[in-house]
Amino acid sequence: MLLIHCPYCDETLPELEFAYAGEAHIARPVDPSALSDEEWRDFLFIRTNARGTHFERWRHIHGCARFFNAARDTVTDRFLVTYKAGESRPDLTVKESAE
Amino acid sequence: MSRYRIPGHGRVDHGAPVSFIFDGKTYQGLRGDTVASALLANGVHLMGRSFKYHRPRGTVTAGSEEPNALIGTSRGPGRFEPNTRATVQELRKGLVTESQNKWPRLSFDIGAINDRAYMLFSAGFYYKTFMWPKSFWDKVYEPFIRSAAGLGKSPTENDPDRYAARYLHTDLLIVGGGPAGIASALVAAKSGARVVLVDENPEMGGALLSDPSVMIDGAPAWEWLDTSLTELRAAGVRLMTRTTAIGYYHQNFVGLCERLTDHLDTPPADAPRERMWRVRADQVVLAQGALEKPLVFDGNDRPGVMLAGSAQTYLNRYGVRVGDNPAVLTCHDSAYHAAFDLADAGSRIAAIIDTRRDVRPDLTDAAAQRGIRVMQGHTATGTKGRLRIKSVRVNPVQDDAVGKPVEIACDALLMSGGWTPSLHLFSHTKGSLAWDADSNTFLPDRRTEACQIAGAGRGLWGFGPVLEDGVNAGLAAIEALSRSGNPRDLPVQNDRLGTGVSHTELPTDLSAGKAKAFVDFQNDVTAKDLRLAVREGMRSIEHVKRYTTNGMATDQGKMSNINGLMIAADALAKQPPQVGLTTFRPPYTPTSFGAFAGYLRGQTFQLTRTTPIDPWAEANGAVFEPVAQWRRGWYFPKPGEDMHAAVARECRATRASVGIFDASTLGKIEVAGPDAVEFMNRMYTNPWTKLAPGRCRYGLLLGEDGFIRDDGVIGRLSSDLFHVTTTTGGAARVLNMMEDYLQTEWPDLNVWLTSTTEQWATVALNGPNALALLKPLVEGVDWDDFPHMSVAECSVAGLPARLFRLSFTGEVGFEVNVPARHGLALWTALIEAGKPYDICPYGTEAMHVLRAEKGYIIVGQDTDGTVTPQDAGLDWAIGKAKPDFVGKRSLSRPDIVAKGRKQLVGLLTEDGSKLEEGAQIVLDPNQPLPMKMVGHVTSSYDSAALGHPIAMAVIEGGHDRMGEVVHIPMPDGVRRARITSTVFYDPTGERLKA
Repeated sequence: MLLIHCPYCDETLPELEFAYAGEAHIARPVDPSALSDEEWRDFLFIRTNARGTHFERWRHIHGCARFFNAARDTVTDRFLVTYKAGESRPDLTVKESAE
Repeated sequence: MSRYRIPGHGRVDHGAPVSFIFDGKTYQGLRGDTVASALLANGVHLMGRSFKYHRPRGTVTAGSEEPNALIGTSRGPGRFEPNTRATVQELRKGLVTESQNKWPRLSFDIGAINDRAYMLFSAGFYYKTFMWPKSFWDKVYEPFIRSAAGLGKSPTENDPDRYAARYLHTDLLIVGGGPAGIASALVAAKSGARVVLVDENPEMGGALLSDPSVMIDGAPAWEWLDTSLTELRAAGVRLMTRTTAIGYYHQNFVGLCERLTDHLDTPPADAPRERMWRVRADQVVLAQGALEKPLVFDGNDRPGVMLAGSAQTYLNRYGVRVGDNPAVLTCHDSAYHAAFDLADAGSRIAAIIDTRRDVRPDLTDAAAQRGIRVMQGHTATGTKGRLRIKSVRVNPVQDDAVGKPVEIACDALLMSGGWTPSLHLFSHTKGSLAWDADSNTFLPDRRTEACQIAGAGRGLWGFGPVLEDGVNAGLAAIEALSRSGNPRDLPVQNDRLGTGVSHTELPTDLSAGKAKAFVDFQNDVTAKDLRLAVREGMRSIEHVKRYTTNGMATDQGKMSNINGLMIAADALAKQPPQVGLTTFRPPYTPTSFGAFAGYLRGQTFQLTRTTPIDPWAEANGAVFEPVAQWRRGWYFPKPGEDMHAAVARECRATRASVGIFDASTLGKIEVAGPDAVEFMNRMYTNPWTKLAPGRCRYGLLLGEDGFIRDDGVIGRLSSDLFHVTTTTGGAARVLNMMEDYLQTEWPDLNVWLTSTTEQWATVALNGPNALALLKPLVEGVDWDDFPHMSVAECSVAGLPARLFRLSFTGEVGFEVNVPARHGLALWTALIEAGKPYDICPYGTEAMHVLRAEKGYIIVGQDTDGTVTPQDAGLDWAIGKAKPDFVGKRSLSRPDIVAKGRKQLVGLLTEDGSKLEEGAQIVLDPNQPLPMKMVGHVTSSYDSAALGHPIAMAVIEGGHDRMGEVVHIPMPDGVRRARITSTVFYDPTGERLKA
């Protein structure tokens, strides 16, 4: 049972309250009709499947119900940071050197 | 009192005899015994038969790692448990136990024929034997294997016991109540930290219980143990016995299974049998100790052959000598002390056979003082005795040459192949291991969690070093908790320090190919099997494990993993760390399903959702079906009616006059706000801008991939308020999808989404008399302006209502929504008002038939996540002029515009028979097998209105095959069916306008 920090509630809570929601920072194209078949395919299906740091979305579904973003290490299953939807991808090298 | 029991010795209560039954015979043990120690006290070593060869087996250990002595235990009706380890099950009055894997009896077992036929059952036998003749598989081989396979008998009744669960938050959790764990707890408790100390045994003490010869801090071991535990209790440490740490998960989350009643003569009524603790600890100390390794030689599994340290445990903890005349076979110093203790207790040690040429003089001197013969530089090459060891065959070894054998008579053989640190919980955390070449074992290396590892669990030996290490681990833990503590000196006298060497198979003068030298006792895996696996191409230890099943028994490799690795590495001519260790996974020991389930069974596991009208349905004889989490009325049989008759009557009554249906389970979402219409335009395929308030429309929801996700009728109540309905099962998914887009893609839209599924009770009225029935009950609707696909806020039967005029049957239809608390009142009012019209309540089955007659789809039945609007014939629901909506771009994806997609069509059989839902469809029934399947039947019903069955199906290119005949091969013959439109009844929709 992971403990996850909800950036909206600002509380660290059990995984049971949350739902996974796929990779983060894949914005829906503003005008999908302008995309080629290949570009649309990539948007729909192609994911990084990272070994290591993975930027992903979670929803605090049994809490505030907000979607937010997280950086999680897929090898250790450790959450490096969580942040609000719409915020840009955090620079993790800065965070690591600060620790 | 049995002559194997030493009066007054051990920690059992010699004044408290307890009788129990094993295989139908009554035995006497003592309070504090396990089944194994009590049987050994009665001279019984034979406790079971092995899994594959049905070889006679005795207990080989004294703890939870036991692979052989698995018994069935019964605690009364419904309380039978197979595969209980006799070494763990505490004696209680009236305990009934039985051995397993034998027929007709333990001492004579027909299945032992497998032992003679062992050539058939070598590693991977199930991949190689039983291959021919092919026809034998179904009739001969499989029934034989199925009846012979399996370990123990499954219980046949529901478990009547209760199981509990609790959370526990603590500063420090210490796993293992041996000397290292206790030392950690002593220093940590002083710091004021909250400390929990757990141990799987009925009492704390660990190795001190088995070997009490030392003096600690000036006191005899057991006196020090008592004093220390008193000190811990006084300091507020929570001591938990009979509590196994079964798994170590992320962020210092540890699962503990506490056994509460299995040891009690009469458990209190309603007391939970077990309790699962979910512990979150800031720091963890792992003090799990070490497990002794067996030695691998021919006949090492004969009853009476056991681990030396376990014999010492039986002696010192239970006061039981495992034999009058035991021999000892060892490559580690520790076994000498087992021999000495037994000799001092009155057993005559036949010999100490040591594989090492050089042995510490103080040990040989101590043996000589007791008159024990020590045979250095010797190997064991076999054992004799049918149901109990009678002798061991011993040979000298000189420069790898095995000399002439001698037979040494004995009634037990105590072996020690050295000790393996118990790495299980550490491995659960993905902590890395380092190979220690000196001790030939893996030791914990890099930690991933906030934990310390102390004592024998990290390869230390002797009470002095282990206690000191425990103190240090405790100090490290409290330091990590930002607390301060003081070192504690725990001096040890008479310590039994020791070292040893490690072996693969012991050298032998006999054919290694004929040796039955067991590595995994429970799964009957021999050294030969492991070498065969390597010869047959297995290179990874993971493959060797799965090919041979080594380490896959209920002891999860506690006995076999390291020996298996050493042998596989030798066969591969690699160093053990290059071969690697298989992964330890939770649980540490077998754990009951009840403990995992805890309180979560029945309604507390999966609740049943019911509508406000459910009590009426129940009182009126409804047969229910589960739909998602709901229970829904399936049909309402009258006396003497079967399902077919009831459904046909309900369908006829609805089409003839009026039917009433509880539609409250439909998902409902309110979409509100100034941008509601824009949001609806973007989410659903349909255009919403021009839908006037007071009107409704069928809405179709796609995924971004273009496939149908959900559908439902959506009413516009005002310019900024939509009442969306979803499928019963899709409500939560649809709301989640809407929230996702609203929060993350279009946060600029000013829209609020609210689930109102349970706020509204929904009653559907359908049939030619629906309007006449309803009209007098409604206030606030202008009937001149309330055509099909309208919605109004009004009152119905005096209740505030949202009234939809829509149809899922093809008849004139309404759906009346009232606040849920009024649902039953509305229903009964409508039933009452409907009496003049012979109103008929119908269930979900009739609803399915009526909609299928009209070709209305059910998402999830006629679609399966790969069906597009075009495939389902729903192109008309697409707002083609809209610039964008979810999934629009995908409707022009190459795969989706390609020819030959499976498309939804109707099917009518030529012989008028009903098709089976899910049946596969082919174009040419005479083509060779395997046939090309072009689709399948999605819906199939008897239609009362049409007088014959109807079906829907998805078929490749189906829309272009209208009128063609397809074939549906079934076990009793091939059906022919003609492709038709999906609209079977009233194709022009005249009845809606009535």
